[in-house]
Amino acid sequence: MGAPRATEPGFGAEPRPVTMSKYFPLFPQQASVQAGQVDAIFFFMVAVTAFFSLLIAGLIIFFAIKYRRRHDEEIGVAIHGSLVLELMWTVIPFFIAMGMFGWGAKVFFDLYRVPAGAMEIFVVGKQWMWKVQHAGGQREINELHVPAGRPVRLIMGSEDVIHSFYIPAFRVKADVIPGRYNTLWFQATTPGRYHLFCAEYCGTKHSGMIGSVVVMEPNDYQAWLSGGPVSDSPAAAGEKLFTSLACVTCHTGEAGSRGPGLGGVFGHEVELQGGGKIVADEAYLRESIVNPQAKVVAGFPPIMPPFQGMVSEEQLLQLIAYLKSLKGPAAQPAAPAQQK
Amino acid sequence: MEAPALTYLNNGHGAASWLLTRDHKRIALLYLVSITIFFVIGGIFATLVRFELLTPAGDLLASETYNKMFTMHGVVMVFFFLIPSIPAVLGNFLIPIMIGAKDLAFPRINLLSWYIYVLGGAFTLFAALSGGVDTGWTFYTPYSTAAANTHVMTAAVGIFITGFSSILTGLNFIVTIHRMRATGLTWFRLPLFVWAHYATSLIMILGTPVIAITVLMVAAERALHLGIFDPALGGDPVLFQHLFWFYSHPAVYIMILPAMGVISEIVQAFSRKNIFGYSFIAFSSIAIAVIGFLVWGHHLFVAGQSTYAGLVFSILSFLVAIPSAIKVFNWTATIYKGSVSLESPMLYAFGFIGLFTIGGLTGLFLAAMGLDIHVHDTYFVVAHFHYIMVGGAIMGYLGGLHYWWPKISGRLYSEPWAKFAALIVFVGFNLTFFPQFVAGYLGMPRRYHAYPPEFQVLNVLSTAGASILAVGYALPLIYLTWSLVAGQKAANDPWGARGLEWEIPSPPPTENFTVTPIVSEGTHQYGHSQEVGLA
Repeated sequence: MGAPRATEPGFGAEPRPVTMSKYFPLFPQQASVQAGQVDAIFFFMVAVTAFFSLLIAGLIIFFAIKYRRRHDEEIGVAIHGSLVLELMWTVIPFFIAMGMFGWGAKVFFDLYRVPAGAMEIFVVGKQWMWKVQHAGGQREINELHVPAGRPVRLIMGSEDVIHSFYIPAFRVKADVIPGRYNTLWFQATTPGRYHLFCAEYCGTKHSGMIGSVVVMEPNDYQAWLSGGPVSDSPAAAGEKLFTSLACVTCHTGEAGSRGPGLGGVFGHEVELQGGGKIVADEAYLRESIVNPQAKVVAGFPPIMPPFQGMVSEEQLLQLIAYLKSLKGPAAQPAAPAQQK
Repeated sequence: MEAPALTYLNNGHGAASWLLTRDHKRIALLYLVSITIFFVIGGIFATLVRFELLTPAGDLLASETYNKMFTMHGVVMVFFFLIPSIPAVLGNFLIPIMIGAKDLAFPRINLLSWYIYVLGGAFTLFAALSGGVDTGWTFYTPYSTAAANTHVMTAAVGIFITGFSSILTGLNFIVTIHRMRATGLTWFRLPLFVWAHYATSLIMILGTPVIAITVLMVAAERALHLGIFDPALGGDPVLFQHLFWFYSHPAVYIMILPAMGVISEIVQAFSRKNIFGYSFIAFSSIAIAVIGFLVWGHHLFVAGQSTYAGLVFSILSFLVAIPSAIKVFNWTATIYKGSVSLESPMLYAFGFIGLFTIGGLTGLFLAAMGLDIHVHDTYFVVAHFHYIMVGGAIMGYLGGLHYWWPKISGRLYSEPWAKFAALIVFVGFNLTFFPQFVAGYLGMPRRYHAYPPEFQVLNVLSTAGASILAVGYALPLIYLTWSLVAGQKAANDPWGARGLEWEIPSPPPTENFTVTPIVSEGTHQYGHSQEVGLA
């Protein structure tokens, strides 16, 4: 196991992005392909807010002056309303609101849909640090190195309470929730060092659960990957766990084995006991390890013990990385017999 | 003496005549005193938070203390000041009078609800004094159930108890408004203040049981490890967020709807003119109460909620903004061709309309899913909801308190000081919270004890504003109290306003009306009834 490249949490020592006006910035940097999209709807909404606020304030001040009370006994003109005006100020805001809804939803779906070929990085949040594992085995704490110009997908779990992974310069954020995986993707555009914050209150040192995302030119990133200590890749570590936890004794992949073979299972549908199907994604694999009785594969007895509490979140991610690396029925050691 | 022989204030002396009273007006004053105490306590917590944030380093308070300060600030201000503020003080005092009744339908239950409130408050204060709570007022699981070592139980019990006070008040209002209106006072002749409280009461009755159940589940999970929310026991931590916001988003409307009711009254009185679009304002209150129950999921856009659920919550959150917009436009139109006098209640009302407009529109930023991803859990959200709760609800409360103070106390306060205070509150408020929009969009997360240095200027501005705001809040406390001693005696209708409450003496007699009134028209009819249809 290579030692994680630890960075002390703290603000003083962190080099700040040079492009940022140091003492009084008014607008965040744009450092991802998504940032411009989010800022566009933001500016539109600022314009709408400014327009209506000034309109209302202007009218009120104008009316208050124009119709100011001139003598003590004066009363106003009794006006009971106007259906035309009511319809106007119902329908116009309605259409503006629906436009904002559609635009906001579109940006959300763009932030949600991961482009094909995104590189995957595992993130585990715990009180009060971020632990990162790269596919090649590099590990980091409170730092995340990524190449510019390439989509990156983070698969994130929590060891304790809810955290939230937030990179303001990228305009992306996702809660990191114990017991499940949330994912987030971005494509960085500009090399530099950016804030990484925990955005969901998580206890005493919540504001110390911070770090940096370091965006590098692809060449520099390759150099960074090959420098420094490298431990087993997550998949290799997972393979060792697969043996040491004795998973391999049941999931042999041979006909008549006690557990289903797992080669190529990731991303495919499996049939469940009692009918129904499910796509074996990260969440399903995780659940099947910690709580195997929840959704048992058809044709197998529910005999697997739950591994809840016996494997850490990081080990779970390693096991899943290993299962994902198994390419199909030909892969060893778990060539499935009854894989559909 | 020339003064009214017997008023509700001098009808009975001594502690028992107050603590065992069944007079809605005296109970309103009991609430006024208690919520003021909680407001001061919540304000002290806020002061400590703002002073800590003067510098980027966490140097004034320890992290744990800081976390307790913002938690207690939220708990006290939300549950013990904002939710009871207008309904339990002004609503309690005015609803029976406005509908021509002698009291609420259930005077004993009204007193009981105050005792329940005090008991809940005592638990919460005990939690604060015995070490505090550090979960945030939102009590998110599994932090609150599995991790926090603070007095979560005591605070949860306090919130559970005080909820019943809210339920009983809502129940009392609804029954009173249905059953005790004076002859001729039809639904569409009711003051809009009453409509707003009717809508508020619906939320109190339907929503509050859910928060009671939710905090009970948190307490049970902590004590018995049931596995409702803890994923290690097969629970779902996000389930808590659904339950919590099912109440706590509508609870925002519990705070703002009564304030809207106050503004509708003030705008009419100080324009000497009936409201523009009465039924639109009345029904928009009901629409807000109903749609407000269906928007809670906009707090979960980044929590891994299903995207289709997210779409539904997003569109409903945009829809709930429409009735608010209708109100703002109608208030503005009411001033048109009025006889406008800028006395202190009207200044607060103008402040409300401006700040609520900004608060409401910035809420749309959070309803837009793609944009919420960035600003969720940042100071942008903090700024937004303070524009609603402080810029809106507290401005409305202060406006109403000034407007009805002569009726409540029988005294006139110093109008120049009141105008000055309204101005100070407006300036201080904006200086406190506007920079937080900027800090939030820059990415400063909420609930940070220490922060990167580039956010410092904005935080210093915010703390400076908070100091001004504190002065603005201290002033009314002083001159309103002083008016009790030295204020001129108020006439029945010092503003030249219209409404049943202005037809009876100031302060009113215990039974409100010596003769039950018969009502033949809506409120705020200033004569000169020329029907003008605008184009």
